[in-house]
Amino acid sequence: MTDKIKEKNHKAESDKSTASNRSAFNKSYRAWFIRALFRSLTVIVLVMIAVFFIIRLVPGDPAVMVLGEHADEAAVEALRQKLHLDMPAGQQFIVFIINILTSFDTGISIKYGVSCRSLVLQYAPVTLSLILLSMLITVVLTVILAFGAAMHRDGILDHMIRIIPAFTEGMPVFWVGLLLILFFAVKLGWFPVGGVGSGGTAFWKSLVLPAVTIAFGQIPPLIRSLREQLIEVLDADFVVTLKAARIPKRQIFIRHVLRNSFVPTLMLMSVNLSYLIGGTLIVEKVFAVRGMGKLLFDAISNRDFPLVQAVALYCAIFVVIISLVTDMIAHRADPRMLE
Amino acid sequence: MKKLLKKLRHSTLYIGLIMLLLLVIAAIAAPYICSYDPISQDLYATLKAPGTSEHILGTDQLGRDMLSRLLYAARTDLAVMVLAEIVPFISGIFIGMLSGYFGGRTEWIISLVTDTFIAFPYYLLVIVVAFMTGAGIHGIFITFMIVGWLVYARVAKPLTASMKNSEWVQAAKLMGYSDFRIIVREIFPNVLPQAVVVLMTDMAALLVAIVTLGYLGIGITAPTPDWGSMISEGQTLIGTAPYLSLLPGLMVVYTGISLSLIGDGLADRWR
Repeated sequence: MTDKIKEKNHKAESDKSTASNRSAFNKSYRAWFIRALFRSLTVIVLVMIAVFFIIRLVPGDPAVMVLGEHADEAAVEALRQKLHLDMPAGQQFIVFIINILTSFDTGISIKYGVSCRSLVLQYAPVTLSLILLSMLITVVLTVILAFGAAMHRDGILDHMIRIIPAFTEGMPVFWVGLLLILFFAVKLGWFPVGGVGSGGTAFWKSLVLPAVTIAFGQIPPLIRSLREQLIEVLDADFVVTLKAARIPKRQIFIRHVLRNSFVPTLMLMSVNLSYLIGGTLIVEKVFAVRGMGKLLFDAISNRDFPLVQAVALYCAIFVVIISLVTDMIAHRADPRMLE
Repeated sequence: MKKLLKKLRHSTLYIGLIMLLLLVIAAIAAPYICSYDPISQDLYATLKAPGTSEHILGTDQLGRDMLSRLLYAARTDLAVMVLAEIVPFISGIFIGMLSGYFGGRTEWIISLVTDTFIAFPYYLLVIVVAFMTGAGIHGIFITFMIVGWLVYARVAKPLTASMKNSEWVQAAKLMGYSDFRIIVREIFPNVLPQAVVVLMTDMAALLVAIVTLGYLGIGITAPTPDWGSMISEGQTLIGTAPYLSLLPGLMVVYTGISLSLIGDGLADRWR
């Protein structure tokens, strides 16, 4: 009974203090958000400029790639004109930007002859599911293990967690994937060796090993970061006070300790996730998954300029959204970051 | 168990150094250790499992001796790893120090560039550069000159920013020293230890990247032995001859462990 009253008082108090600060917070939050949005757009534009011109530095002519080495010169020239490749690069870029701004059209793939957007839409679901599954595994394991280590400091789990990163840091992702294939697919036969199954269960089942492979590389640094933060917060005066006030332990954990310690880990995860968008290529190759990484790799080898630009654009938008959402969560959880 | 783990944690620097030294000696002495050429094929002795013939670690599908391939690959991979790290290490520290020291517009521009690099699909850049220069060692050097400095800039910037207002930097300013001299003589020596710690983990990451490029077929090219291409060649036979892809992977992991033990050890010592 007394616990409940205390809980209520505690809540009322915290509500009152936030109410007086709320309008000030909203104001600076809005200013920050507009700046962040502007910055995100700048980043997308810079990525597009970089991709557009860098891909044109690669030796090899897309028209020759499509028609073959021994194609008729007139046919190659005709195709070049059709693809607007005969224009100067600057002019091509202006056409490209105008098409995006007016109809969000990223053009037609040189190799496949269909719109780049439909290709991205066809390849993206597998990669997104893969990333989602691996993030799920990562978050669950990170939170459990970091809590275990922080609660029993200098215990066996704690020491193990501090030593394990030394082993995992130097492990190539594709080699970890091969080990998993060797044990769980070849030896035990629990999962398929490669490829993506069709239909609900088979689909997710074939993504388990690739997702574990990705999570394997992500988890150790995240645990390290969360453990350090948790220990810092658990030792803070306000937690000692809360404990002394007999606030239920679970509530201290979720509302106070976790809320005050997850932000740096979340930021780290967002950076890792950004790298993952292009980085699933390797895992896709190991497990013969046809996703965005493979689409991108093939597009570059075929000098399929519009497709490379489209994949890069969608990836950049995705990355920017992730980092924007992460920053928004971080600022909500810890308003001090606005200062 | 607990005591052992604790003891291990405190002697990481020496364990790491000894592990790395052994590997480097074996790589340098490879021509004297190996009795087989790493490239010459022997089609009468293909796919010998380790320990079953005079080839200690067995042979691959073309009858090439695994031990000498692993050690010759160590020569190439380790040399590329060290050489490709020099330019990013120096340029990254200086970019980070400039950004942290001057702040304001310099910092804004540098952090915008950094953000762009992060939003840029990392492997897109690596693959494009590899296609541009043609597969091989130059591609690796150029790629890591372009992307490698980021890590060091990120370490150097906040450290420099925190030192900028310290008493000794203020004192140096009052003495009339130029900004350049302050950065090089006062701040750089204080940033260096942290950067060296990062260098160790980044070298492990770079080795993984080199091997990954080899695995994708756009890194170090055949016939030069490379751990990455060895793993990729062995993958098709993972069911029947798993040692073909396991052994080169173990070499990468071994190198990575030794480097990160050294890094951890140095970090503990300099804290």
